Amino acid sequence: MIVAAGPVIPNFGSGSSCEVRNGWFCTEWVSQHWSDTLQPALFQHIELVAIAVGIGFVIAAGLALAGFRYRLLDPPIGFVSDFLYTIPSLALFQILIPFTGISLTTVEIALVSYTLLILYRNLIVGLRAVPADIVEAARGAGFTRMQTFTRVEVPLALPAILTGLRIATVSTVSIATIAPFVIAKGLGQPIYDALGQGVFKTEIFTAGGMVIALALVLDALLVLLQRALTPWVRA
Amino acid sequence: MNTFVDAFRFMGDHPHLLLVKTGEHLELSGAALGIALLIALPIGLWLGHLHRGLFLAASVSNVGRALPSLVLIAFGLTIFGVGFWNNTAALVVLAIPPILTNAYFAIDACDRDAVEAARGMGMTGLQVLLQVELPLGLPFVLAGIRIAAIFVIATATIAAVAGGGGLGQIIVNQASYGLGGVVAAALWVSALAFAASLLLTAVRRIGSPRRVPVP
Repeated sequence: MIVAAGPVIPNFGSGSSCEVRNGWFCTEWVSQHWSDTLQPALFQHIELVAIAVGIGFVIAAGLALAGFRYRLLDPPIGFVSDFLYTIPSLALFQILIPFTGISLTTVEIALVSYTLLILYRNLIVGLRAVPADIVEAARGAGFTRMQTFTRVEVPLALPAILTGLRIATVSTVSIATIAPFVIAKGLGQPIYDALGQGVFKTEIFTAGGMVIALALVLDALLVLLQRALTPWVRA
Repeated sequence: MNTFVDAFRFMGDHPHLLLVKTGEHLELSGAALGIALLIALPIGLWLGHLHRGLFLAASVSNVGRALPSLVLIAFGLTIFGVGFWNNTAALVVLAIPPILTNAYFAIDACDRDAVEAARGMGMTGLQVLLQVELPLGLPFVLAGIRIAAIFVIATATIAAVAGGGGLGQIIVNQASYGLGGVVAAALWVSALAFAASLLLTAVRRIGSPRRVPVP
């Protein structure tokens, strides 16, 4: 049922005593396999997430602009992104395979579609929450519509937009763990391999811990970015 | 597109298999959601009632979002071994954050005047919570349960790698069922998640107090 892709990682036969009896956490295995297994998986994972959040943000921003300017478009866009979010990730991968094959494209389409709901909602809610008085004042002060948008509405919506970016990033780090069901990439791969190799605990805990740590680190970095870009929020 | 023809043919040829797997899927999801509700709902509601534990409610949701389902299932497998409980435990952990956080913020954000009025009428804390705050916050509480249900149904699919039953067993076993079967099960589980989502949205609309717009 579980197909091990790539090299057979835990070597129960010839490893240290901890590895042979599949102990809870074998530090020597981690140091031996950091450079050939864990570090590449970490970098692949970051790549998966960066592509997905980047493309997702561009699409969501375009949709949010449309939904913000033409209110009639908002319910259908919201419904479609809500629907995409409901489809289980593993199922979405399988449904996409007939179209895009066993490829990075399949994984990224699925990951992007999960970011859309979060990013779109936060963009729209942020833009809508800008008080009409402030927009009026800007228009009265002689700002064009474009200037009002870029200098007043977007900056005021920035906290909500960045919160959406944080949630989308953390969720994508988490969902990208499922990628190995399609292609051998990311931190899910060592976990998947370890499940196939008699539940090799060290590898599961290390790779699993790395996914969680990556999510928390990215979250913290985005909080710092949020503080740097919107210093008035904390005042 | 041939695969989709195969998928629908598979649904026609194996209705019994799909129904049995759906039953297993719902059993696993239902057990996990039920346990998560028993744990998360009282804590979230009570903390919201006391207006305490903002840090807990916020960090539970942040940490919860960072916990990948595959990682939880793999952790569950190392701790409990193969069986019903490793997957149930993983799904419970996944379902708790949205329920707890939404319950907390639903009650915490209730109209203070209404709560004051209820207290002034001599209601006890528990009465205020159950008769005033819970009805007012119900739409948001139910929204959290809906998110948890979607998570659990989606993740129960992944449970198949750890010996769980359900529709995931078909999805991860292309060797036996073919791509048509895999896609059939994938469509089926998507429909299941969507049906659960619609059901809970309907409950939310019925359960919302009149003239209060559903968020």
